[in-house]
Amino acid sequence: MATLHTQSTARLMMSPSVILLLAWMLIPLSMTLYFSFLRYNLLMPGMEEWTGFFNYQYFVTDPAFTAALVNTLVLVASVLVISVGGGLLMALLLDQPFFGRGIVRLLVIAPFFVMPTVSALVWKNMLMHPVYGLFAWVARGVGLEPVDWLSSAPLLSIILIVSWQWLPFAALILLTALQSLDEEQMEAAEMDGASALRRFVHITLPHLSRAITVVILIETIFLLSVFAEILVTTSGGPGYDSTNLSYLIYTQALLQFDVGGASAGGIIAVILANIVAIFLIRLIGKNLET
Amino acid sequence: MCHLRLSNVSKRFGTQEVIRDLDLSIEDGAFVVFVGPSGCGKSTLLRLIAGLEDASAGTIEIDDEDVTQLPPARRGLSMVFQSYALYPHMTVRANIAFPLRMAGLDKAAVDRKVTEAARVLNLTDYLSRKPRQLSGGQRQRVAIGRAIVREPKAFLFDEPLSNLDAALRVNMRLEISELHHQLGTTMIYVTHDQIEAMTMADTIVVLNKGVVEQVGSPMELYRRPANLFVAGFIGSPRMNFINGREAAKLGAEVIGVRPEHITLSPDGGTWRGEVGVAEHLGSDTFLHIKVDGVGQITARAPGEVDLRHGETISLTPEPGKMHLFGKTGEVIRTPEGVS
Repeated sequence: MATLHTQSTARLMMSPSVILLLAWMLIPLSMTLYFSFLRYNLLMPGMEEWTGFFNYQYFVTDPAFTAALVNTLVLVASVLVISVGGGLLMALLLDQPFFGRGIVRLLVIAPFFVMPTVSALVWKNMLMHPVYGLFAWVARGVGLEPVDWLSSAPLLSIILIVSWQWLPFAALILLTALQSLDEEQMEAAEMDGASALRRFVHITLPHLSRAITVVILIETIFLLSVFAEILVTTSGGPGYDSTNLSYLIYTQALLQFDVGGASAGGIIAVILANIVAIFLIRLIGKNLET
Repeated sequence: MCHLRLSNVSKRFGTQEVIRDLDLSIEDGAFVVFVGPSGCGKSTLLRLIAGLEDASAGTIEIDDEDVTQLPPARRGLSMVFQSYALYPHMTVRANIAFPLRMAGLDKAAVDRKVTEAARVLNLTDYLSRKPRQLSGGQRQRVAIGRAIVREPKAFLFDEPLSNLDAALRVNMRLEISELHHQLGTTMIYVTHDQIEAMTMADTIVVLNKGVVEQVGSPMELYRRPANLFVAGFIGSPRMNFINGREAAKLGAEVIGVRPEHITLSPDGGTWRGEVGVAEHLGSDTFLHIKVDGVGQITARAPGEVDLRHGETISLTPEPGKMHLFGKTGEVIRTPEGVS
């Protein structure tokens, strides 16, 4: 009886938070789903009517949609490659003993603590600006024409900014994983005649596989919904060159006031995220077992 | 196959000298055990031979070839680590095959050698398992298998049994000794356990604070320890050391008598003492006896002896089995005569 009693008390005590969390998720999701089937424009209040799948058809056939979809995937993939690859190199470097290692480690982690809007503004105005930017200054210094990064290579610029933010995260996780590698294993491999490169491939990389999986999974979740960096730098332009799905949904909802179309886009984004998640977990999730 | 010689080898970590001016020669096919208390430099010495540490001074020769500057892989030695250092993501087969693959052998040759090593070490049924699915003893054997397949000039063991439980340790001790007889390859074995040293070694090297205290066969070290340190380190339970008046009577600073060289009698012996704790091992009983003017003495008695706490008893050290030590701890007379 006592356990039964404890259990029901526990349920009762937990229920507020569970209900709150459920409501927090379910109400927006079901309202989005509901809106996505309505013709619902904020400029024409009171004229909402049921339109079936028209919003979906409209959103998907929009030329901006394909561009945004491709941009989203390119952004996610490039940032993953740069942050995991660069993070690995950085972790290997930071794992070596050198003078001032503690301070360097601290500095390397710093970009992760800068909020996205701020770091994007710093990049936009202090680094990539064709007149005041550091890159332009360097380019002029060696006699080259300064590049207007945000208008001539908008997606690349966004990729660079976002990679800069996520590199420390990858480096930090991979560094801690490196530090847990058994020194004797490396020595055994050395005795077994493995060169430094082969030790890295056969011992270090397999040891890091789980940490790399974690980094990829976590980063993908956040990278699919990159928004602030685009809003404060390129505003998705020029054209749709740096528009990703979440930014497209934002323009649909808050610039064109088309709530119905934006809701349909939101549902499509949810489906896309799930497809990516299924692929990822199939592909690398087995590393998380055992 | 492998004659190993170290001349004037030193190793410093910063300002701390771990190995000091060490000379040592190891004969081909010998089973040599480095033994000493923790921090005596025995593992460092092994790592110097392996090439995992660079010598600060001196030369290391294998088969009359100077290998001091050679990287570990080119010295032709195999090492078994204390933690086994198996590759956790590889199967047993891949673990044993790893050194062969690194050496660039073709697949058929690798398979043949791995199968052969697995047969010798009773690992055939476990070849497709991962290290974490094995028991401690099996992991140990995989580590040995990985060392064997390279057909090294010598095996190096770094406290390989210290992670095993007592029963398994006895087993593995026998297996390693058996392996040494089968292969006939030089083996260098590091341990802090003098029982492992006594039971396995052809030659024991006793190290203390980076200096070789004595080199010799187990029985040599037992019978004729060169100094107080070796006398106290080799033999279990420890040799009794008596100083003061009793030692001065024999013209020594310290006299040493092993527990097994003390005769007990109800009365009439050299010393009389009060029995303290008696440890009954079944085959033997170790009595800790408090003797006035001499101190605490450990004596071995037969297993069936019936003595209680607080009883008084007489002790007589066997006259021919006394070790006399001088002021600096060096031996001045061994039981067999003056040294």
